[in-house]
This record gives sequence, C-alpha cells and structure tokens, in this order.
Amino acid sequence: MSIFRSIVFTAVAAGLVVGLIVTAIQHFGVVPLILRGEVYEQAAEAAAPVAMADSHSAEGHDAQGHEGQGQGGHDHGAEAWEPSPGLERNAFTAAANILTAIGFSLLLGAAFALRGKAVTWREGLLWGLAGFVVFMVAPGLGLPPELPGMPASELGPRQAWWIGTVVATAAGLGLVLLKRTPWAAVLGLVLIVAPHVVGAPAMLDEATNVPESLVHQFVVTVTLTSFLFWVLLGSLSGALYRRFSA
Amino acid sequence: MAFHQTSSGAAAPATTSLSIAVQAGLAVLLGILILGTVGFSHVEAFHNAAHDTRHANAFPCH
Repeated sequence: MSIFRSIVFTAVAAGLVVGLIVTAIQHFGVVPLILRGEVYEQAAEAAAPVAMADSHSAEGHDAQGHEGQGQGGHDHGAEAWEPSPGLERNAFTAAANILTAIGFSLLLGAAFALRGKAVTWREGLLWGLAGFVVFMVAPGLGLPPELPGMPASELGPRQAWWIGTVVATAAGLGLVLLKRTPWAAVLGLVLIVAPHVVGAPAMLDEATNVPESLVHQFVVTVTLTSFLFWVLLGSLSGALYRRFSA
Repeated sequence: MAFHQTSSGAAAPATTSLSIAVQAGLAVLLGILILGTVGFSHVEAFHNAAHDTRHANAFPCH
C-alpha cells in the first residue's frame, strides 16, 4: 500500500500547513465578515419571534430536527451544542479547516497517482488551480458564497446541486484537458455547462437587512481566500507527494 | 508482442495499474468521507463546529 501511504502522508502534512495558514488569513478576512453577518441574522430573528417560535415547534415534529436546518432559520436552538465564542470557536474552525485541506489534498494525491507521471510543485499548482475552478468557481456561479443572515432556500437541494456541479465540472475539465480527441473536448464542455443550464435551486426573494456591500465584500474575500488555499494546497501537495513517493 | 509488454512493464515500477487504481480510489473515498462530514453533515453539532469553515468554503449552509 505504498501509494496509498504516500497520498495520506502528503495530505496530512499539506493539510496541516495549509489549514493553519488559511485559518490565520480567514481570521482577519472572512471571519469578521461572518460575525458582522450574524449581527443582522440575530437582529432579524429577534424582530420575528412569532415566526421563529413557529419554526421551532415545527422542528419538534421532525426527526431530531435535522431537517430543521433546511427550513431557512439559522439553527441556534437551545438544545444544540455549539462552540463558545472566541478561542473555542476559532479552535474548531482551525480543526475544520485542517480537515478540509486534508480531504481535498487526498483527492489531489489520488489524481497524481492515477496520472502516474512525476509530480513537481508546479504540476501540483496546476491541479490546485483546477481544484479552485471545480470546487469554488463552478458551484459559486449558481450558489454564491452565503453570509449568515441572507435568506436561503432549503438545504438538501442546494447540497445536491453543489455536488452534481462539482462532479460534472471535474469530469468535464478532465475530458477537455487530459484527453486529446475532439469528441472528448465537446463532451467535456457540455458537462461543464450542463449544471448551469439545469440551474441551481432558486434563491429566496425575501427581504434581508444584510447590506449589499457587505455581501459583495464577503463573496470577494471568500473567493480570494479560496484561490490562495488551492494555490498553496496544490503546490505543497505536489512537492510533498514527489518526496513521499520517491 | 508479449515480449514488448514485458519490457515496457519492467521500465515502470512493479505496482500494477489495478493496484494504483484501488489505492487512489481508497484515498478518494477517505477524502470524500472527511469532506462530507466537515462540509455537508446535517448533524447539528458538526454544523456548529465547522460553521465558519463551511461559510468560508462556500459549502451550502443553513
């Protein structure tokens, strides 16, 4: 299992480094914007106590309230555990970022292994750019990054569209870039466009107090941070995989 | 023909392409398991723990 071991070692090392770097960047970029969004979210919840009470009583009939998250309300139910603000919340964010980076690096390592060619940091960087297109740009066209407090439709269909778009874009990019036949290019381009022709689940037209400028700033910051994440993760995964698989 | 295959195989590492595919497939499964738990699980405690990461990665949230 030496290839699997190389992929896992690469992913853990790259994920730790990139996860921690991105956590530091998010701390000054994305996280303050999320906290500002939550102020509007909590103000909206406080202004509509009847609606909230309704949604909470409805959740009581659901299976453990798991579906409750999809009902539009941001679930800070009294019974649900959540990290306390400050250090604990930041620590969980750091852990989640590291795990996310490890997960994505495992996919990159699998791609390196399947390609079978010698990988350098530069090939890794190109794979990272592809990851940025597949996991951020393509799903973001239909479902832009959301700030807390923005009205959102039911969760399940959005997750399904996100996953479908990622799979179709990855397959499409692979066909266009890695196969050298015209039919593969045509099929690949169709796969890349298809999810957007089908269309993402519609956004709710509910009024929100979240300012447009804050939303715009959030989308730009998330996209730039993600770009940096993929550039770092791709090139570091490439460099480390070369070392571990040697 | 058979000779050709043997000699080209000897130039490559001893790992067969099937073995590579299985090991890469395992890595993909592990990656999807981790990403699914952190980014997509409906369990509220996981959602709350990874809340900021989900928003920062534009995973569908709430």
